[in-house]
Amino acid sequence: MSQFDPVLRDEIIAAIPNLRAFAISLSGNVDRADDLVQETLLRAFANINSFRTGTNLPAWLFTILRNLFRSEYRKRRREVPDSDGAFAATLTTNPDQNTHLDFEDFRTALDKLPSDQREALVLVGASGFSYEEAAEICQCAVGTIKSRVNRARKRLGELLAIEDAGDFGPDKTTQAIMTASDRL
Amino acid sequence: MNDERSGGQAGSAEALTSTPLPGHAGTALGNDIQAKIGQHLRAMYDDVVRQGVPDRFLDLLSQLDKPATKAQSGEDGGEK
Repeated sequence: MSQFDPVLRDEIIAAIPNLRAFAISLSGNVDRADDLVQETLLRAFANINSFRTGTNLPAWLFTILRNLFRSEYRKRRREVPDSDGAFAATLTTNPDQNTHLDFEDFRTALDKLPSDQREALVLVGASGFSYEEAAEICQCAVGTIKSRVNRARKRLGELLAIEDAGDFGPDKTTQAIMTASDRL
Repeated sequence: MNDERSGGQAGSAEALTSTPLPGHAGTALGNDIQAKIGQHLRAMYDDVVRQGVPDRFLDLLSQLDKPATKAQSGEDGGEK
């Protein structure tokens, strides 16, 4: 009955890398993230008839993944990532040392955010969804997403500013200026 | 197709990294940090995206697909 439309299949495949990245940001664990993606795919196939062609497939898949995470994965406590962290564990590039230090700071700060803020920030700031799409995925008001993203950015800014001013002092300031001028 | 690293996204990361997240007005330092947050967030995320589609998912999809393509011999390569 539910013959699988090859176009839809290709679109689902195309969405998998993004689903993984989102799942890692939710679960904090690569293996669990991949299990989550697998369950999402199974669920999507089982319910493919409820997907209306022409609507937003990635948003639909992200919604399934998020619901799965909320319903079963969230019962368990979010695992404390290993010292290397989930994202770091997936790093394939080899950034230079200064950049790597920055990464460490950032990852630590990101882990300190409440999960609803982190997910909103990732959806809008990395997955490339609009506020409206993110609201649809999280099943909340657009204004709620906006305020979560703003609070996440503000909190990250505070955390990173402290680390900038603290541990690494002038070195980091110099570095920040160089990075900034690099961008011009 | 099974090459996990080939991703096809290689060019996009650079273009994305220098754009700060939208809509946050603040001090110059605040803006600099916000730009950095945007960069790091996307760099982390894109690093996963660039890994492409792991084989386990391609295998899963072709299994799920089987009932629908039972008449077809071989893989879904190119029909002439």
